[in-house]
Amino acid sequence: MGMNAPAWTFAALFLPFLAAALAPVLVGRFGARAAWFLALAPFLSFLNFLRFFGEISRGEVVTGGYMWAPSLNLSFSWFLDGLSLTFAALVTGIGTLIVIYSGGYLKGHPHQGRFLAFMLLFMGAMLGLVVSDSFLMLFAYWELTSIASFLLIGFDHERPAARRAALQALLVTGGGGLCLLAGLVLLWDVTGITQMSLLIHMETSLRESPFYLAILLLVLGGCFTKSAQFPFHFWLPNAMEAPTPVSAYLHSATMVKAGVYLLMRLQPALGATPAWEILLPFFGGITLVAGALMALRHTDMKMMLAYTTMASLGLLVMLTGFGSPHAVEAAVLYLVAHALFKGALFMIVGAIDHEAGTRDISKLAGLRKFMPWTFAAAVLAALSMAGLPLFFGFLAKEEIYAALAAGNPRAVFFTTLALIGNALMFAVAFGIAFKPFLGVFAHHEGVRHHIHEAPLSIFLGPAALALAGLVAGLASGVVHTYVSSPMASAILHETVTIDISTLPHIGLPLFLSLVTIAFGLAIFWKLSRVRSLMAALFESLGPGPDRGFDTALNALLHFAASVTRIVQPGRLEIYITITFVLVAAMLLVPPIVFGELPGLPPLPAGGVLVQEGLFLGIAVIGIAAVLRAGDRLTAIVSLGIQGFAVAVIFLLFGAPDLSFTQFMVETLSVVILALVMTRLRLSPSDSRPIGQRLFDGILAIACGLGFTLLLLKTFETPFDNVLTDFFNAYSKVIAHGANVVNVIIVDFRGTDTLGEIAVVTITGLAVLALIRVRAGGKTP
Amino acid sequence: METLFAVLIGLFFAAAIYLMLSKYTVRILLGVALLGNAVNLLLFTTGGLTREVPPIIPAGSDVLSTVAANPLPQALILTAIVISFSFFAFLLVLTYRAYQELGTDNTDKMRLAEPTDEPLPPMGY
Amino acid sequence: MNTLILRTVAPFVTALTLLFSVFVLLRGHNEPGGGFIGGLIAVSGLALYGIAFGVGAVRRALHFHPMAIAGAGLFLSTLSGTISLFAGVPFMTGLWIYPHLFGTEIPLSTVMSFDLGVYLVVLGAITSIALALEQEPGPEADERQSGPDGPQKRGDV
Repeated sequence: MGMNAPAWTFAALFLPFLAAALAPVLVGRFGARAAWFLALAPFLSFLNFLRFFGEISRGEVVTGGYMWAPSLNLSFSWFLDGLSLTFAALVTGIGTLIVIYSGGYLKGHPHQGRFLAFMLLFMGAMLGLVVSDSFLMLFAYWELTSIASFLLIGFDHERPAARRAALQALLVTGGGGLCLLAGLVLLWDVTGITQMSLLIHMETSLRESPFYLAILLLVLGGCFTKSAQFPFHFWLPNAMEAPTPVSAYLHSATMVKAGVYLLMRLQPALGATPAWEILLPFFGGITLVAGALMALRHTDMKMMLAYTTMASLGLLVMLTGFGSPHAVEAAVLYLVAHALFKGALFMIVGAIDHEAGTRDISKLAGLRKFMPWTFAAAVLAALSMAGLPLFFGFLAKEEIYAALAAGNPRAVFFTTLALIGNALMFAVAFGIAFKPFLGVFAHHEGVRHHIHEAPLSIFLGPAALALAGLVAGLASGVVHTYVSSPMASAILHETVTIDISTLPHIGLPLFLSLVTIAFGLAIFWKLSRVRSLMAALFESLGPGPDRGFDTALNALLHFAASVTRIVQPGRLEIYITITFVLVAAMLLVPPIVFGELPGLPPLPAGGVLVQEGLFLGIAVIGIAAVLRAGDRLTAIVSLGIQGFAVAVIFLLFGAPDLSFTQFMVETLSVVILALVMTRLRLSPSDSRPIGQRLFDGILAIACGLGFTLLLLKTFETPFDNVLTDFFNAYSKVIAHGANVVNVIIVDFRGTDTLGEIAVVTITGLAVLALIRVRAGGKTP
Repeated sequence: METLFAVLIGLFFAAAIYLMLSKYTVRILLGVALLGNAVNLLLFTTGGLTREVPPIIPAGSDVLSTVAANPLPQALILTAIVISFSFFAFLLVLTYRAYQELGTDNTDKMRLAEPTDEPLPPMGY
Repeated sequence: MNTLILRTVAPFVTALTLLFSVFVLLRGHNEPGGGFIGGLIAVSGLALYGIAFGVGAVRRALHFHPMAIAGAGLFLSTLSGTISLFAGVPFMTGLWIYPHLFGTEIPLSTVMSFDLGVYLVVLGAITSIALALEQEPGPEADERQSGPDGPQKRGDV
């Protein structure tokens, strides 16, 4: 086709944005069917990334891109290794299914086009994030995902809860994004590197930098907020206000993994230090257990999944920071497994909600009769989440236990955390897969009477992902070769080979797995009892950070309002006074403090010619007359006098151009003033009270004195002629003009002049607008 | 000569600022007009003062004579004069229209944008 | 102000002023002058015409709305800067051509058209301001405004 590989990848990165732009038009024209067509964009993108798996599995990396601003060392460049390629494939692959799912889920919604546009916008941003090589590009995409998430969570913007959740997610993840920016800038400053592909080759110097801890904390601030780690976790459950496709895609499979992605990406550069190996497992572990416990208190299946997502993210952070190659391998396996089963379960909950009208687990039972295929997909996904043999989730869990169970006290502690978390998630998985489907269907309030199997567009996504979990478990060798091993190698920055298979083999991990299953089954058995217990427990803990967020936000608004009242009292006089007090302070304080006052000025060198003195004198008289002007005519005339005096001064000192311009301007000023002043009132005397007059006078004189001193000081330093010499030397030779002033204006500094005439045009328009617009919108 | 200019410019600034500190829009306007001249003169003087020889390259030569005035500040000031004039016109019209609509030229009584009893921003979402 | 003398002289003076303004504009590159000054001179000529014959006469004489003239000037200046891009040199690089007309070499350049744009902007924008102000209803129209802060009560301040 004549297109080389970088061009294809570039196209693959921009296809989602293109589809986002087209979505509203296509949905407006073809309705929900447009989703099938729009899904082509992520699918083609997915195919593009698929073709790199061969190269990557051989340990190569793919880089490409275009220079953007070479002088600033900015480029639009991507970097594909095992880690970013796996993420890119997940984003586009699951993205394809999600777009189709959204087509069915929001069929007939008046704003479906907008929804799909936001969704594809997010997809493009997330894809860019994971393949970015340059820091700034990564940051830009990082923030774009936050914005897309804001738009999607607030999609039902007529509900206050959705608005609140959207704003909360934006403030938390956006604030984290700023932390990240600071961290990246610091990283750039310390290493001089702006590209991930170069950074991960840095071996030790960064860890020894005095800024290491600051960089780490700032980067963690970004990652922890994005990946909903304790204590920034509260936005994620609230984000479930979004339509279910959003929860399935952004808040389980992709966006919340951005933090984990970045931690994995930076592991070679920032990892393997005590700070890293304490902070990550500690916060990850808390998030894991807290999330799993909180999941059990809900009856809304979406909330249950949201909290288990939080728990899973905690587990991933914990493993990433644990500090052994095995733990990283386990994180890799769990990440892939989680993306598959959690995406599927969210979509299944959405399907149930869509068909039955509720997702309350306590109201649903016996759905298997109506939705047998959905039930089958749910079981497949839940078995993978529960970590039973044959499924990919099993591999992940085995590897987790193998990595953690090392015998020392630290390992025992984290193994216990993992065990508790896994058992609780097991119970949730079984709860969602079996409670709504088994038993006898009984009608509850809010449940529909006639329930049908979900349509193909809704069923396709969860079925494909659930099946993928089983296939990946069975064909684990292939998956390890092309996905898990290259990804783990990229994170560890050394070649590792994962070979764990789904056949159970006797050992400590298997024993721990059995304990997990037994424990999980026990909780599942008593699910409603455990639920009320948990509800009571969290009730007794009092309001969490979620309520704290509201309080903080309200306090901030009150604070802003009071600050505004203080700094903006609404009186122009005060603003002007403050401005000039600062001007006077700036001009007078530093020279006095640093002893830089100019020396006593010399007497006028070369004497003052009579005409010069005359016009300086006239200018002074003009100023005095303006100050004392008590009526309009005096004001106009005296303003004119000082203006013409300045024009003559320009003429006397070799500036005919200025002089003519000033003459014309003064003439026109007089004309315009005469036109307007007749309609304005000038109070005959300056009505300031004497104290005010004194204060203003002293302030004005202080400023004037400041400028005089500034000038005198300037004369003491020799004049720097560089620019003048440049213009002088080239004015005639290059620009063919003898009037250097004019050549500077229209040629050398032409762009400035262009801006200036634009300003003149705009003031002309503004004056017209001011004169024509009357209060109340009447135009004469 | 420069010293005299420094003093003159100081006077210009002082007068402009004194007028601008007034409550009344017309005086503020007069102050702004003076301020424009003050700044132009400041720039002009900083660039060095030369008597009478304009920065025009004589015929037959490729560069300015050594006694010619410095063209750079002149170029800066020339555009500044025109821009400050157009802004002066804008401000004048603004003053006039404000007087027409609000019926006052006392800035303390112009509270359209920042009313005295401004309510709190909306709390909640 | 519209005395007989002014009315008789104004057309001639305005015509001369406008001619002079173009002269100042064109010689600007080598002698004192240029677009800014030329534009201001032209405005003063038009202002005089306006004083003598009223705003309507100036508007008729101009044919175009003054802001349209300013807009055209801004467009011309931008265009003059952009042409150099097509010649493969950075924005705003001056380009010169020397066509021969009636046997004399006439130097033309994008710099000159740029300056012409400046001239038109200044002419249009400031004429527009001046005309808009002249056309405004006089002070008697303001007297309709009354109230606690009305103009007629302001003598005490």
